[in-house]
Amino acid sequence: MTSFLIRRTLQAILVLFLVTVFTLALVHLFPGGPIKSLLGPRATPAQVAHYNAVYGFNKPFYIQYFKWVGQILHGNLGFSTKLNQTVTSLIAQDLPKTVILVLLGTVVSLVTGIPLGLYQAVKRYTVGDYILTGVSFLGYATPTFFVGLLLVEWFAVDVHLFPPFAPQGTTVGAILSQPRALVLPTLAYAFVLYALWSRYMRSSVMDNLVQDYVRTARAKGASERRVLWVHVFRNSLVAIVTLLGLSLPTLVAGAIFIEVVFNYPGMGLAFYTAALQNDYQVLLGFTLIATLATIVGNLLADVGYAVLDPRVRYN
Amino acid sequence: MAIMPGADPRETGTAVLPEPDLGAAGTTAPGAKPRSLLRRGWEVFAENKLALISLGFIVFILLFCFVGPHIYHTDQVHTNLTDTLCTPGGKHLLGCDNVGYDQVGRLMVGGQTSLEVGFAAAVVSVIIGTLYGAFSGYIGGPVDSFLMRIVDAGLSIPYIMVIVILSVVFNPNPVVMIFIIAVFYWLGVARLVRGETLSLRTREYVQAVKVVGGGGGRAVVRHIVPNAIGTIIVQATFAVADSILILSGLGFLGLGVQAPATDWGNMLSGGLTFIQSSQSYWWLIYPPGIAIILTCIAFNFIGDALRDAFETRLQRR
Repeated sequence: MTSFLIRRTLQAILVLFLVTVFTLALVHLFPGGPIKSLLGPRATPAQVAHYNAVYGFNKPFYIQYFKWVGQILHGNLGFSTKLNQTVTSLIAQDLPKTVILVLLGTVVSLVTGIPLGLYQAVKRYTVGDYILTGVSFLGYATPTFFVGLLLVEWFAVDVHLFPPFAPQGTTVGAILSQPRALVLPTLAYAFVLYALWSRYMRSSVMDNLVQDYVRTARAKGASERRVLWVHVFRNSLVAIVTLLGLSLPTLVAGAIFIEVVFNYPGMGLAFYTAALQNDYQVLLGFTLIATLATIVGNLLADVGYAVLDPRVRYN
Repeated sequence: MAIMPGADPRETGTAVLPEPDLGAAGTTAPGAKPRSLLRRGWEVFAENKLALISLGFIVFILLFCFVGPHIYHTDQVHTNLTDTLCTPGGKHLLGCDNVGYDQVGRLMVGGQTSLEVGFAAAVVSVIIGTLYGAFSGYIGGPVDSFLMRIVDAGLSIPYIMVIVILSVVFNPNPVVMIFIIAVFYWLGVARLVRGETLSLRTREYVQAVKVVGGGGGRAVVRHIVPNAIGTIIVQATFAVADSILILSGLGFLGLGVQAPATDWGNMLSGGLTFIQSSQSYWWLIYPPGIAIILTCIAFNFIGDALRDAFETRLQRR
């Protein structure tokens, strides 16, 4: 187990290094370089050269890299010139709000997707299974923003059941004080994720149902209920735990679209606004944070999997 | 949008192809005409009614988008403000959008972009991913480890962020969009093909290439890739659907192709502007939305059926 942990952590560190190089390289893609895009089209070459020197963009890439990493290690992710605040404070302000949305959507989709996926596997090839399969294919094929659009059209415009906007406000408390406004964004988010969990759960349970240990359990006289819930269900959950750790990029993508559709004041909306304004330090900082979360998520998923399933440690 | 290479349940089953039952090939009843692999694959595919319907739908949508404009003539270049938001019926079967473009004609033009970019992005990313994954897996050792860490790193960056940044940086026209989507998408393909290659490279016929003095390039292109073609084609089918979804997402954010060109996602973002008005402009939302959904579902069904076809063609039928 220790050697597995060490090997896996070393891999994560190498990935981390590569990711930071990619991310910094992205900045240099901006038309005319990062400074030109910051100062705007009317900046003179002298001004661009001056600020290139100030920000160190005239140095070789590797020096820029080490300076940048040094800054990050000191908790300095850059400064948003458009919003006149540090990227760190922006993240501190918006991240909790996005976490609320992501958590709500993930929990709602898990508590529906796991039981329904299990139901589908047990009642496979019945009408109920086909209907639910249809629903999850819809989830795969429907763009996240379109789900949001439809929910607004149906439940906010046609029937005035919920507000068409997400809760507004700068603090977490303000967001949570408008639970009705949270319903549509959560549902839209959960629908897309539901497809993921339920499909995975269905195939995982079906795989497990034909395993030897299930036959053994049945042979020992275990009731069907016990076989399903104690043996199959627990083993199928292992797959879901792993999937959860790997799904951060999907969660981020969902969050960006949902936040734009509902004007939800989180990191996704801030990222989108920064993209429209060429606010590259915000783009860089946010991408880095989301990527770090993904790497840690992958690492935890692998370690979790190794803890739950000893077979993977030895290859 | 569930685009997550490596953790996509659609992929389960593709990684472990059953061993070819070589004994079965020789036991065809005497006198019976041996059926070709292609034929047997098609039989399995054709048994799947949903896949056949999906294939028919794709043919229909291709005809609609590419032949349709020659039959149903509309002006998709000049705005016509007297027809702004006109209701469906009469001259305009599905009404008009906010600058007076006919919606049916818009669906055709938008569909052309969506389908062209979808197909091209799928082809580009599958070719790059296949070659990268196959060579990485074939070479093995520390080189393979390092190449795969690059893939890991790419997949750790939430793809939507990279794609948004790239579309802001480059002026998005359809050709640029193809590469922006492929920049991310090939990574998942590479990982999958590499996994397949690891099991293929130990096979005798791949080893034999080395024995007779063939190089790595020959082994990969002539032996490994053709034997992994099932996985690759199935993945390409899903890639088309995913690329159409990504493009529509970007179009919705206003970062996709720019007017007067459009795609189905772009059309939807126009619909969002009017969704909160007192009158219902349903023709701005449902037609492009349904077009995206049906096309993507169709490609997913075809991909599923192809996977079954490729798996069973290796087994005795």
